[in-house]
Amino acid sequence: MTPVFYILAALTLAGGLATVMLRPLVHAALAVTVAFGGLALLYLSLDAQFAGFAQILVYIGAVAILVVFAILLTRGSDLPREGVFSPAWLSGLVLAAAIFSVLAWAVLRSANSLPQQMAVPQVTVHDIGIALVGRYVLPLEIVALLLTAATIGAVIVAMHEKGGAQ
Amino acid sequence: MLFAIGLAGALVRRNAIMVLISIELMLNAANLNFIAFWRYGAHPEALTGMMFAIFSIAVAAAEAAVGLGLVIAIYRHANTTDLDEMNRMKG
Repeated sequence: MTPVFYILAALTLAGGLATVMLRPLVHAALAVTVAFGGLALLYLSLDAQFAGFAQILVYIGAVAILVVFAILLTRGSDLPREGVFSPAWLSGLVLAAAIFSVLAWAVLRSANSLPQQMAVPQVTVHDIGIALVGRYVLPLEIVALLLTAATIGAVIVAMHEKGGAQ
Repeated sequence: MLFAIGLAGALVRRNAIMVLISIELMLNAANLNFIAFWRYGAHPEALTGMMFAIFSIAVAAAEAAVGLGLVIAIYRHANTTDLDEMNRMKG
């Protein structure tokens, strides 16, 4: 556990905490972008370069922009009168703490059975490409179908009512 | 830990967009687990963890697009994004 890991982990966790605790919605969207960036740097430090750059491209470059657009279109920048936390916030916190304890126990227990020292995997884009059309061709096609369906579905769902269901 | 933060955010916040953002955080946390266990676990040359994480990024992006489209459509209908006020299924 190098110091770099601790710094990146602290950055990502701070971004995550800021996301769920900040009241203005735009500030929360920017905080989640910081969390995405921290996660991308963590992937890079774990020798998963393709996943790290894909994370930057897709999450910061598309999902964060999408969220900002949605905030723009639904006028979420006005703060509601009764506050942004639902009245049942305590049960939500208790449930999240319980799930965190179970997950942490599982991870810490399984960390003992991991091999200690091994060679750093050198994964090239070439390897990923061959794996995608070789062993993982079925998930690749299914995800392509899913993305097509999601694109068409999002357009239909968000179309104007006058031109849509008649 | 990131997963628990996202889960708390999804359960506690009222704005619908905030819930979707928290769900994205949870998906990212699971991704981080995949990559970390792929790196330090057995068979890192099999690429399984990295593949799963890449597919998960793609699926999460598609789900975010559809979810935000739904939120926009609901906002047009009900003129609010407050989840506590949406307690009926029938429009």
